[in-house]
Amino acid sequence: MNRKQITLWCGAIILILLPPFALQTGSPYLLSLGSRILIYALAAVSLDLLLGYGAMISLGHAAFVGVGAYTVGILHFHSSAAEPVLTWPFLFTGSDNGLLVLPLAALTAAFAALIIGALCLRTIGMHFIMITLAFAQMLYYFFISLEKYGGDDGLSLAARNSLPGLDLGQGSHFYYLCLAALFLFLFFAHKLVNSRFGLIIRGAGNNDRRIKGLGIHSYRYKLTTFVIAGGSAGLAGALLANQTEFVSPGLMHWTLSGELMVMVLLGGLGTLFGPVLGAAVFLLLEETLAMYTEHWMIYMGPFLVLTVIFAKHGLFGFLSGDKEKNG
Amino acid sequence: MLVVEKIETCYGVSQALFDVSLQIGEAEVVTLLGRNGMGKSTTVRSILGLTPVCAGKISYLGHPIEALQSYRIARMGIGLVPEGRQIFPNLTVRENLIATAANTRKTPQPFGLEAVLNIFPRLSDRLSHYGNELSGGEQQMLAIGRALMINPDLLILDEATEGLAPLVRKEIWRALTLLKERGLSILIIDKNIEALMVIAERHYIMEKGHIVWSGTSSELHARPELKSRYLGVDC
Repeated sequence: MNRKQITLWCGAIILILLPPFALQTGSPYLLSLGSRILIYALAAVSLDLLLGYGAMISLGHAAFVGVGAYTVGILHFHSSAAEPVLTWPFLFTGSDNGLLVLPLAALTAAFAALIIGALCLRTIGMHFIMITLAFAQMLYYFFISLEKYGGDDGLSLAARNSLPGLDLGQGSHFYYLCLAALFLFLFFAHKLVNSRFGLIIRGAGNNDRRIKGLGIHSYRYKLTTFVIAGGSAGLAGALLANQTEFVSPGLMHWTLSGELMVMVLLGGLGTLFGPVLGAAVFLLLEETLAMYTEHWMIYMGPFLVLTVIFAKHGLFGFLSGDKEKNG
Repeated sequence: MLVVEKIETCYGVSQALFDVSLQIGEAEVVTLLGRNGMGKSTTVRSILGLTPVCAGKISYLGHPIEALQSYRIARMGIGLVPEGRQIFPNLTVRENLIATAANTRKTPQPFGLEAVLNIFPRLSDRLSHYGNELSGGEQQMLAIGRALMINPDLLILDEATEGLAPLVRKEIWRALTLLKERGLSILIIDKNIEALMVIAERHYIMEKGHIVWSGTSSELHARPELKSRYLGVDC
């Protein structure tokens, strides 16, 4: 077993054993923080697919988190008010059933990513960064204008979604749902980046013109990756809405996109598992530093700079001794 | 097979190619010669749709290709080994080879990983190395192998042996001879005139964006002044 595998196993064991440890020590807050880390990790890993593998520097990833969260919020709102969401082509009165709501949240975010990605991916470089930011801000202001769904104040959920055999109101059940979602997505993403599809994305990220010169229509591959990343960010948003039992346009603000980007850089760009570590370190530092000062970013900034300078492959590369990029 | 008719290519307001015409037949090896900055690479880029032409026609196997996107041209069977190799440094040798491998035109005896490694045995030992861990010669072998993996009928090499050690050059010429024997059409840009006169049947010389001379190897051999005038070779 090499250093990378040891790091991964240690990480997995810590994550699996966190709920019993939290119960033993009587600290339910730990479970709540753990769930939050897992949800942000899911969103950060999805962003790593774009940033670290496809070199698609999206500053609008929070839009998909927000769309996923609002799907949960809006369906809950209509379900509680017994007011139909749709009357045509069929009557749909909203739902709190996780089996329906969570996949629907991911699909809605994926659909949003399809539309946004189809337009944004016609640009490159700085234009791509700015247009993804513009779309996210557009959605942010759009949801602020939706007074029916709380506008700027957002929507509160009376309860978390229901899932058969699970009580998501219980911290440990919800934690393991988030953990399962993260593990499944990591498994899928690992298979994806090591498949021929992933090789093309990595190649296009490095030299898009060369990939095209070798007979590959890279736009389709990039758009598919954008949709996958958007859908999984939407799932993260749906879980976040469930965790906080609240959704607001703030989830789509560019600052969340920036935070996700910091998590990816901190953990290790193009490492897939790195963003999980990045999310954990970012949120733990935030929690710890915020106890002493509200200006915790003053300390986070230099930490990020030092990590980027001295740990070229992020904290994950530093811990696992992994010098490979995109491997 | 490839017919380029009076193409003109511009970079913004400055014109780089003027009435460039050339032809490559089936299983023929042709070279494009000239000093640096004369338009050889621009010609190749124009053929492959990487730099759009502003006038003229390019047809491949009878189909016009001057308005097609580069990926469509590559799928029709034109493989490029670009200047500077441009291998993917973040992929291993094996990944570089298989990432874009295709046989879209259902070639009866397609190039696969094994066939490429037979041509360049040196790559066999380097399969798990990343592209940026290879020597210049190995990178060039990989770039040729990668182009072969899309199973082209026409292979274009821009600066085939530039900056390579004599022994590596030999290996590249040996490989190109093998490919020629296999029936591949090849367009080569390079400065090693002697080696090119052995491997190629016909040559085009470019000067300031124009084709100023074309002829066979024996015709070029008989006119040493061409080499000194256009290629900077002392005879």
